[in-house]
Amino acid sequence: MSTADQRLDELEAQSIYILREAFARMKRVALLWSLGKDSNVMIWLARKAFLGHVPFPVLHVDTGKKFREMYDFRDHYSRAWNLDLRVDPCPPLEQMDPTLPPATRSAARKTEGLKLALEKYGFDALIAGIRRDEEATRAKERVFSPRGLEGDWNVREQPAEFWDHFNATLPQGAHLRVHPILHWTELDIWAYTKREGIPVIPLYFARDGKRYRSLGDQDITFPVASEAATIDDILLELATTRVPERSGRAMDHESEDSFERLRVAGYL
Amino acid sequence: MSAPSNVTALPVAAADRPLVRIVIVGHVDHGKSTLIGRLLHETGGITPQKLESLREISARRGMPFEWSFLLDSLQAERDQGITIDTSQIRFRTPSRDIILIDAPGHAEFLRNMITGAAQADAALLLIDAAEGVRDQTRRHGYLLHLLGVKQVAVVVNKMDRIGFAEAGFRAIENEITAYLGDLGLRVEVVIPISAREGDGVSQASTRAPWYRGPTVLAALDNFQPARAAQEIALRLPVQAVYKFDDRRIVAGRIETGALALGDEVVFQPSGKTARVRSIEVWPVPAPGEGPTSLAAGQPAAITLDREIFVERGEVLSTPALRPHAARQLRVRVFWLADEPLEIGSVLIARLATSEVRATVSAIHDVIDPGHLSAFEGRRIERNQVGEIELTLSRPIAADPYGVNPRTGRVALEFGGRIAGGGLVISIVKREAAARVERNVTAVASAVAAQERVARYRHHGAVVWLTGLSGSGKSTIAAELERRLFAAGGLPTLLDGDTLRTGLNADLGFSEADRAENNRRLGEIAKFLKGLGHVVLVAAVSPSAAARARVREIVGENFFEVHVSAPLELCEQRDPKGLYAKARAGEIKGFTGIDAPYEAPAAPELLIETDRLDLAGGVARVELLLANAGVLAVPATSADDAVI
Repeated sequence: MSTADQRLDELEAQSIYILREAFARMKRVALLWSLGKDSNVMIWLARKAFLGHVPFPVLHVDTGKKFREMYDFRDHYSRAWNLDLRVDPCPPLEQMDPTLPPATRSAARKTEGLKLALEKYGFDALIAGIRRDEEATRAKERVFSPRGLEGDWNVREQPAEFWDHFNATLPQGAHLRVHPILHWTELDIWAYTKREGIPVIPLYFARDGKRYRSLGDQDITFPVASEAATIDDILLELATTRVPERSGRAMDHESEDSFERLRVAGYL
Repeated sequence: MSAPSNVTALPVAAADRPLVRIVIVGHVDHGKSTLIGRLLHETGGITPQKLESLREISARRGMPFEWSFLLDSLQAERDQGITIDTSQIRFRTPSRDIILIDAPGHAEFLRNMITGAAQADAALLLIDAAEGVRDQTRRHGYLLHLLGVKQVAVVVNKMDRIGFAEAGFRAIENEITAYLGDLGLRVEVVIPISAREGDGVSQASTRAPWYRGPTVLAALDNFQPARAAQEIALRLPVQAVYKFDDRRIVAGRIETGALALGDEVVFQPSGKTARVRSIEVWPVPAPGEGPTSLAAGQPAAITLDREIFVERGEVLSTPALRPHAARQLRVRVFWLADEPLEIGSVLIARLATSEVRATVSAIHDVIDPGHLSAFEGRRIERNQVGEIELTLSRPIAADPYGVNPRTGRVALEFGGRIAGGGLVISIVKREAAARVERNVTAVASAVAAQERVARYRHHGAVVWLTGLSGSGKSTIAAELERRLFAAGGLPTLLDGDTLRTGLNADLGFSEADRAENNRRLGEIAKFLKGLGHVVLVAAVSPSAAARARVREIVGENFFEVHVSAPLELCEQRDPKGLYAKARAGEIKGFTGIDAPYEAPAAPELLIETDRLDLAGGVARVELLLANAGVLAVPATSADDAVI
């Protein structure tokens, strides 16, 4: 077996272990589907973990501002993969904290939409596709990350986590974030997508010298200069680029702490 | 613009290279950030502009070029004010993708250091040449041992501050290798460097011509990703049993060993047996093309040939080599909660996928690893370690750590949070197995144990010296025997070969005969221990499982001592001329040549005879026995004369 395959197999095994732990230990689990490359890999991993089934609801907290290609993808594959899809809307921008910078304020809608959905369904665990290599505060995350009653993240008081023993005890009404692909890199995601033949939204591939590295709301997500038209091109590009993955996500860059403020309040 | 999350030195892009996670630990201010800055720079991760701005910042402060400014500035970007938790830094060595886990050095954030270090395949332990080994150095070293990080390189930094003096370096090298060796942790290499000036990081230092070992970069390049252990007995802890249709699918991850279609398996602690009927995977393969076996580290989903009720927490194994159904465990623990651990504390113990209520029924030792002091304590405070006994509310499947590192460790949950963890040193009580009833009654000795102790000035004990032929076991055993005898004690040398000429003359070298030979050795040792002897056994004993069985037979006061030397050196010594015969093909299955030696995972003591002379090795054993309370009078000297 090649080193590349072995590395992907180990990542996959760890993710499957985490998904099975979440399903075994928590009562009401949902998987957050943002329709991007990472959460598509996550659904694929869930189907491996549960032998073709996704035994919990798949939640899309919809800002209403995604790209059309993303909605098409969702509608097609939710049926093809036999998912128990729940689509829930986000509250309007006017209800968001006006002191936040514009794009950050726009992104905050998702946090509020998530809170409403949590209340509505009573989920005690949300499986989310964040990765340590994406962004500074995500690097400090635990695999099982307990949230406060308001969905907030207390970064200073995170419990120890080791030997795949995860903290799953929660106060009544609080929930847990579960991060099965925390240990993957952007490159691993693409290498695995290629190996497994996982479907990809075409926006990731270059058209007219530009492509999206990361997908979010249409008005606060921007493409990067690129000629990568296939997964192989993307793998090559990642080998040489010094541009960070989330450089096209406006809310990360408005102020030094804008993204941290979002995350502490419960953003992904 | 905001920061890239983790400093990506070179974009770590080629997934066809092994990925190795390395934690960097050590005392605060011993130069971790400077070393990280150097490594990033010398692996090509820092742009010329960045380098220029660093030069300016340093000049503005009237300082020579200061590497740690780089990390500090990156850290500020990266952490946005949160410096309490682990960060990860990525770069490449010639043949590896490295994730460097920068664990906090401050004692207050030990839980974060543990979270970081537990993800690591290997560790770099950093020591300031001028300050030497400090309390946090020792604490981190101790935790690496408890966390099971097996590959350790020690880096002695700031060598420029002691003028690259070899003597100063050797003193630190001896102290730290002895300390870690006593924990059973082998140091791969000790590297003298100056991270600030670049000596020994990626280029050999011209100022330390006496040092011939690898640079830091070369050492990093030598680390291996930790792999699941294929060669030890099968352990598959059950995560869940799924019933998506009419099949019952048992799911989990193979922690160690391997499993194949048709294998007979047993679940512990229930003891139920079945055969593996199918291995399930998705996407569903074409008929006849699915996997027929599974290896350690792989996820497993299987069906069985009969309807038995098994549940999460049970451990699947082969019938011959099953884990114990344990009732009481002796555990070497670390403790992180504000509330101390006391006799009577009630916890949740998590072992693999099982979860059980546990009561602390005894506290044997309390150690503050920072200060190297062990004391008879009644409570284990935050950030201390110790040995305790846990009484479980129901039996669970468990192994001693020495037998299986994956099913021989527990996490302890207290007040709803994981607050500690540790290694299973032994199974104190197990669910009684059905025994053959015989009309046998043991006869007690007329002489009380105390009377024997008063005469010999020691308690009964078994010292089991294991290691390659030529490593120095018999030499150490003979010297120990001589010294104990001279002090009026009652040492007894038990030699496997000698017993084979009489008591064990009926046994050959088949697997079953070796096991029986081993059992008899264990029983005799136990018997003599009961009569107050210090039993010295020098035996290659290459099988970890066999040594674990002897440990079980003997019970208390069993000391496994790994006598170690590189194979080349043993072969060079070759006291009995056996290696020469093995190389010539006259002896088959010779340990080290064409048969494996399974080094102890957690021996009571490691003696490296390539680094320590005979007197030093013997002193170590005596110190071990004194600390354990076996020798009434502690050994007078533990000075290490180093070769």
